[in-house]
Parts: sequence; C-alpha cells; structure tokens
Amino acid sequence: MHELTPGSPSLRALFPALHQEVNGHPLLYFDNAATTHKPTFVIRAITDFYEKDNSNVHRGLHELSARATASFEAARQRIGSFISAPNPDGVIFTRGATEAINLVASAWANSVLQPGDRILLTAMEHHSNIVPWQLLANRARLSIAFAPLTPEGRLDFDELDQLLAPPTRLFAFTHISNVLGTVNPAEKICALAHSRGIATLVDAAQSCGHFPLDMEALNCDFLVLSGHKMCGPTGIGVLAIHPRRFGQISPWQGGGEMIERVTFEGSTYKSLPHLLEAGTPPIASAIALAVACDFLDSIGRDAIRQHDEKLAMLALDLFSRIEGMEIIGPRNSRAGVVSFTLTDVHPHDVVEVANRFGLALRGGHHCAQPLMRVLAKPSTARASFYLYTTEDEVHRTAEILAQVRKFFN
Amino acid sequence: MELEELYQSIILEHSRRPRNKGPLEGATHTAVGNNPACGDEIAVQVRLGPTGIVEAAQFTGQGCAISQAAASLFTIKLKGKTQEEACKLIRQFIEMVKGLPEEEDRSGKPSGEMLFGDLAAFAGVRKFPQRVKCATLAPNAFYEIFAGHRSENA
Repeated sequence: MHELTPGSPSLRALFPALHQEVNGHPLLYFDNAATTHKPTFVIRAITDFYEKDNSNVHRGLHELSARATASFEAARQRIGSFISAPNPDGVIFTRGATEAINLVASAWANSVLQPGDRILLTAMEHHSNIVPWQLLANRARLSIAFAPLTPEGRLDFDELDQLLAPPTRLFAFTHISNVLGTVNPAEKICALAHSRGIATLVDAAQSCGHFPLDMEALNCDFLVLSGHKMCGPTGIGVLAIHPRRFGQISPWQGGGEMIERVTFEGSTYKSLPHLLEAGTPPIASAIALAVACDFLDSIGRDAIRQHDEKLAMLALDLFSRIEGMEIIGPRNSRAGVVSFTLTDVHPHDVVEVANRFGLALRGGHHCAQPLMRVLAKPSTARASFYLYTTEDEVHRTAEILAQVRKFFN
Repeated sequence: MELEELYQSIILEHSRRPRNKGPLEGATHTAVGNNPACGDEIAVQVRLGPTGIVEAAQFTGQGCAISQAAASLFTIKLKGKTQEEACKLIRQFIEMVKGLPEEEDRSGKPSGEMLFGDLAAFAGVRKFPQRVKCATLAPNAFYEIFAGHRSENA
C-alpha cells in the first residue's frame, strides 16, 4: 500500500461506493459527518467472517468458536491500541457512540452521582450527549448546565472555568462539533477538570476517524466513538473506560455473556469488559472495525487531519464568494465540517437542488437543536469531508452551490 | 426526475412572496405543526365566522420553499370554505402528495383536478418522498383545527 495519501486516486479506488453516478452526475459525497464510506478491506472483513469463522464467542469449545473469539478479542486489543486506551479491559463494544453514552449514564453516573450533583455539557453537543443526561437527571435528581460558546463558536473558557466547580461532578463534551467544526482542546479541558476532581467524558464520534486519539494523554475517564464514522460498519461503537473508574461500574444490561453464575436466587457477574456486554456482541462488526483502524493508521491520522483542515479552509474561501452565503463556526484551525446558510434559501431546498447535481449534503438541525437555538437558525446546510475528498470536489461543490443560489433567485 | 417537477413556478413564487403571512387578528383557532426532521415549525391561524365558515387564514414561521408555498396557498384556498369542505380538501391534498389513489367524483375524473387548481402544483412531491412532510406541514396543522373543532361541536 503505497501512495495512499488522502485524496489520491489510489486511495479513492478502495471505496466502491464513491464510484457511482447520482442523477446523471458523479457522486460528490459530502455527508461524512453523518457516516463515512467503507473501504474494500472493511467490507471484505465482514463477508470473510461470515464465510469462514461464523460462530458465537466465549461459549463454544469448537474450532469456529475459538477462531471467532480470538478475532473478536484481538479486535478489542486493536481498538484499544488505536485510541491508546490505558487498559483493553476498559474497551467495551456498544451499538454506537449513542449507546456508549447511555451506558455511562446507567452503569456509572446513575450509582456514583448523588442528588444535587451537576452534569456539565456544552452548548454544541449532539442530542446523543444531551438526552441520556436529561433522562438520568430526572431519575436521579441531578442538574445539568451547558458551557456557553464565544460568538465564533468556540467554548468560552472563562465561563467554563466557573462551571468546572461544585456541584459539577461530570463534564461530558464533544471533541469536535458536528455543526461548527470546532475542535475542542480536549487534553487541556480534561486536565483542568481532573485537577478539580471532576470526571470527564469525551465524545469522539466526530474525531475518531479524523484525529490522532490518545486516551492516556487525554486522561479522560470515558471516551466514546462511533465505528461507522471512521470507515467501519454501522451498529458498532466503543466505550473506553479509564481503569480508575473500573471499581465504580455496575452492570447495565443483564443476560448471557456478562454473568459468572446464575441461580434461581440471584447472579454474580464477570468483570470488565464482559460485565457490560450482555448478549451476543456484534462480532463481525467489531472485527471489521479493527480492520478500519489498521486502514486509518496506514494512511496516518495526522495526514487525515491536515487533509480535512486544508479542504475546510478551501471550502471557506470558495463558499464565501457566493452571494448571501453565511458560514458558521470558527474561521481557522477547524475540522472538515462546514455548515452554512444561503440567504432566503432554506437548507432543505439547498440540499434538494444539490442532490440533483449528485452532491450529497446534509440539511437540518444535525441533531443539535439547542445549538441551533444559540445560532438563532432553525437549520443549516452542511458539507463534511473525509480522507477520500479531493480539492477538485470542493471546487465542484462551490460551483453547484452557486447554481443553487441562481435557481432560487 | 427534474427539479422543476418539484419546484413548480407557482411554488417558487409563493415561497418568495408568501401570502397571508403574519399573525391573524381576531383568530379563533391556532395550531402548530413541526417537522422534527428539520426543526421547522409553522403556526397556522383561522378565524371562523358565526356559521363556521373560514373567514380568514394566516400562518407564521420559517420553512423550506415547499412548506412555505403550501402554507401560503392553503391560506387562500381555505377562505370561504366550511370546515367539512376544508377537511376534505386537505385530505385530498395529502393523498395527492403521498401518491395515494385520489377519490373520484361522479364524472370519473380524479376530484383533485377539479378542486385543486394551484394546489395541483404539488403533485410532483409524490416523486420526492422525503419532501412529503414539508408539503403537508401546514395542511396538517389546519386539519387539526378543523377536525378538532368539528368534533368539539359534534
């Protein structure tokens, strides 16, 4: 695998879904913040598993079960190393980042936080990092506060400093905003919270496939990621738990796989990671996710990050020349997510007309309605890039947006 | 599929210059429609006369070209209708945009063609299933008023 640089034809050739026409135009896939496409290696890992090793894990003594178990546990190790998790026993497979956050709310916060304690979130969170805490807060009589943003769309550190204080016990925040493209200084934030005895959860759904992630350096208590946003399959995500929290984790779902012994009177449980993985896990997806990790590391996450930022800066430049264009979020050092509005054209109409030209954008509130209220917009259109996006595609996107402008004038 | 099938000129015209937009003075009924997929919210208001005829209809709120045009056109179409007529018109409209078989009248022609006039511009929506919610946002809210009000009096 040589010359697999971001945006290169040889890299693009590895993604079958990119090579198709939509409405008579070559597909321009700019919805990578929602989900990314999958390289052939990842697709093949899924079919390989079902064609050769298909079996349940941890409960069979036969050859296939042994192979499946070995591959599944190797995948856990691989993902642990991908994010430099301090201990692979803290790497839990979930259905996605959303389930991982719900898991922390149920298996940790529910028993550790006390009535009156406060959970701190930010004004730029995805619904998946808001609603699980609202559900918990109602049940456990906790309060929730939201760290506000600067006008440019970054966290306001003066305000954050004030809020990282009692009664705050947990700060759960996104590494990268899926609307603003803001990159939060996660390491600095976690260090500050840690020094004040506040637990941290980093939502790495938007960063896991785009940024180097080092949980040991971050020193966060919990980190969640989404498999399908990093070239992996849908239906798989990861929760990584710092070992200092291992002793505070209770079971959250009961069933097979997580038990040690079950009697009519009661049950005893396995330790982590199995304690939190009741039922048959998504075996093939976990194995395919590990292959996605190998693939991303063969490209290099620093290279992907630089590629994203270069494309974002190009998009900011090209888009801003279009009449009535308003770009949302920071002007520099941002991720490959560019949200915008066009005066007098609703984002749904932008997306609809763009689709006629083969351009896949996202329009709506991006599962961040509270942020939309802060921005005083019901919705935005969004273009998001990935390692296979080319500069030429960004140019063509800008041309299409100019046509959209013309269509509604 | 051509864009013009969805964005008929009458739709574009009404979305650029919506009629009867703004709060309705002396409104007797208000209903809110919201589209959780995009966060759009529309409020519709009507003033019913003593005999139950729609004297005026207006709307407020932001939305896409399709939802704004549908709201605008319905405020015109509903004026002068009884609640029964209003309900029927809305049902037929929803069936049309969802691509369901239209009710036929005695002449055997789809009744939509006779009733709709400008509203027929929305027929293209059936080819864009993701936009059905946009076209029906305001009509559904109006329906809530008429259907609800009718049952109140029943």
